[in-house]
Amino acid sequence: MKRQAVCQLQRVAASSRPIRLPLQIARAYSTHPPQARLNKPIDYSETQLLAHSSKGPALGNHNEIPPEVRNGATRKMNLFQAINDALGIALAEDDSVVVFGEDVAFGGVFRCTMKLAETYGAERIFNTPLTEQGIMGFGIGLAAQGMRPVAEIQFADYVFPAFDQIVNEGAKLRYREGATGVHAGSLTVRMPCGGVGHGGLYHSQSPESLFTHVPGFRVVMPRSPIQAKGLLLSAIRSNDPVLFMEPKILYRAAVEQVPEAAYELPLSKAEVVKGGEDITVISYGQPMYTCLSAIQKAEEDLGISCELIDLRTVYPWDKETVLASVRKTGRVLVVHEAMVNAGIGAEVAAAIQEDPETFVRLEAPVARVAGWSIHSALMFEKFNIPDVARVYENIKKSLNY
Amino acid sequence: MKSRVIRNLPIRRATTSIPKTAFATPVRAASSVSQRPNSDHVSFPGALKSAFTTQLSFEHPESYKALPTYRVVDQHGAVVDQSFQPDISDETVVKLYKDMLFISIMDLIMFDAQRQGRLSFYMVSAGEEAVSVGSSSVLDPEDPVYCQYREQGFFKERGMTTKEFMSQLFANKNDPGKGRNMPVHYGSKRLNIHTVSSPLATQIPQASGAGYALKMQKLQDPNSKAKVAVCFFGEGAASEGDFHAAMNIAATRSCPVIFICRNNGYAISTPTLDQYRGDGIASRGIGYGIDTIRIDGNDIWAVREAVKKAREMALQDGGKPILIECMTYRVSHHSTSDDSFAYRARVEVEDWKRRDNPITRLRKWMEAKGCWDETKEKEARDSLRKEILKGFSEAEKEKKPALRTMFEDVYEELTPDLKAQIKELRDMLDKYPDEYDFSEYDGGKESLKV
Repeated sequence: MKRQAVCQLQRVAASSRPIRLPLQIARAYSTHPPQARLNKPIDYSETQLLAHSSKGPALGNHNEIPPEVRNGATRKMNLFQAINDALGIALAEDDSVVVFGEDVAFGGVFRCTMKLAETYGAERIFNTPLTEQGIMGFGIGLAAQGMRPVAEIQFADYVFPAFDQIVNEGAKLRYREGATGVHAGSLTVRMPCGGVGHGGLYHSQSPESLFTHVPGFRVVMPRSPIQAKGLLLSAIRSNDPVLFMEPKILYRAAVEQVPEAAYELPLSKAEVVKGGEDITVISYGQPMYTCLSAIQKAEEDLGISCELIDLRTVYPWDKETVLASVRKTGRVLVVHEAMVNAGIGAEVAAAIQEDPETFVRLEAPVARVAGWSIHSALMFEKFNIPDVARVYENIKKSLNY
Repeated sequence: MKSRVIRNLPIRRATTSIPKTAFATPVRAASSVSQRPNSDHVSFPGALKSAFTTQLSFEHPESYKALPTYRVVDQHGAVVDQSFQPDISDETVVKLYKDMLFISIMDLIMFDAQRQGRLSFYMVSAGEEAVSVGSSSVLDPEDPVYCQYREQGFFKERGMTTKEFMSQLFANKNDPGKGRNMPVHYGSKRLNIHTVSSPLATQIPQASGAGYALKMQKLQDPNSKAKVAVCFFGEGAASEGDFHAAMNIAATRSCPVIFICRNNGYAISTPTLDQYRGDGIASRGIGYGIDTIRIDGNDIWAVREAVKKAREMALQDGGKPILIECMTYRVSHHSTSDDSFAYRARVEVEDWKRRDNPITRLRKWMEAKGCWDETKEKEARDSLRKEILKGFSEAEKEKKPALRTMFEDVYEELTPDLKAQIKELRDMLDKYPDEYDFSEYDGGKESLKV
């Protein structure tokens, strides 16, 4: 089942434009109604979050990437190519890096490990048997023995068999070993996550908040190819274990000019993507595009200015940047795809209200726009995942409070 | 051996064009599998050497004889494997015997200490000393080892000092685990033994990973020492999914790792009849394509011979896993939180203690050899007891680790949140000094200064 769904999902992820399907099939999925003003498909070829030229994206903090890299050669890459590029750099610079998981040897079901086995050898890029708990335990053992493993879980939906190894072993290893100095800090675990249109129950989940309850791992989710490359390189080089979650809908859809040289983007540091005065919108991963569309409409319609923040690392997250922004705007919206209950939004909202200096600056309740507290049902995705209209409405609500 | 098929064309391209290395990774090519006309063998990719049969016949596990149990010395201390020659001096044998004795004496003292409330928890390893001491004595001191929790003898043989044992048990400031782990969760950098963790079987796939790392490191630096990973677990833990994952990965990735199962008949109260219906753990190794042996775990010589040979084999042909099932009997309660007479007859335990015990078996062998006698026995017991009690009282008096260590080592560096939480705790101790006793902790509350 898992395997069959892969090809289908790949095809959908393959195109940033709506796929033209025979009418009876097109009707099978909820599509954008013709009159929609807000809920139009995200146009990744136009968005200011992606670098359509070598000058970089219109929005974002470009100074994080060193000028010699920024101004150097760039290459057009989508998200899977950027990840492939980062893996290639990591493998080339450090003999202790190994890449493994289910089906990674031939290039991976999402093509993230293409050509790596050919270039770096079958002993460094290899398939494992189909066992997530085994993959994670194997990775922890490699890390403890001084290697720098990059494990892949084929879909974030299938990480749960490895939960024990992540929570009780990988996360606690440094703490448990204490003065022996052994740890799993060199471990990186990649996994595709998030909705892709018709992933149903087990090809759509975003389980990041389950891992943010467990100290020990850093939990990272990039929003673009440039970010994916920089954050993945940081994750691999980091001496803390990292869960690296890749929004699979962006694998082929998000295309931009990515610097060819190696560079890192900081972990546990949020990015103020766009400055604003009236409201702060906080998100990460794919919903960043939804938020930007909603913000642009709200600014146009309401004559306001919105600040947009990308958390990037959802744990341990960058409170300082978020609190500074909310103190300035007094209004805040947290947006994520995963369920609202005990999600990232809950933690961010709680931290905002418990900071005395920020609490007194709040002009409206902290709003959370997230998936409903349900499972990701096949036919209802469009009604479940936060869309532009819901973000827009909550901006309005917050301003009218 | 014929290589297995892979359906997808891109896979073949990707794997066959890999530059040749000294590494023995079998190249898998689709072209090597095709059903020849009138073949009497299956050529399905999943099983290449299977002959066709016209007999509709299911395999019945009971039609196979139980795998035999290898022993060198019987329960009277007499050598039964005539090809056996001791490979170590009498002095070394005496040393191993004393290591086993040390553990059994420490077990009694610490079990009582727990009963008196001086220790929160303890687990003895009575009846299983030969498995741990014997295997440690033939492995390289640099072979990384993963234990479950009943392998105290391994730590002792490898060189753990009385002070180190006691520091961990009392979780004092000299404990490498920094007071974070329950008693008996030993670990040592110096001895290359990973810190014990309570979740069962999680260490088994980690050992497979460690074995693969050793193989890679040897490949990348051919002049480095060849090492194997070693992993202990009980027969109960072998029911966990991690056991299955570990065996399978170790076999498919050809990892130099020795899996040593202590089959002592019980997982807390659960007898093996409720644990599995196959022929123990050893029969499973064969199913994973792993070289396997079952041995008498009460015979230290059998343990030594098997582990020594296993280490050689694990390093052959670029590396491979080996499974050793050591048959033994858990003479003791599961832990200090368990009264095993609630689920098994006292007489059964007494029988095992009297009839067959790894310590008395080696003692009989030594006495027959003429290198041990009653006087030496008494002398050894007295001096070990004294040594342990001395370490006990010293460790008990030591300070507990600094309070700050509870926040450290979650990440490589303290996060801003953790720094804030240290300060919050410190403020609480300042405001409510009568509510907390931190006098026992190294440095008192001063360590909470950020």
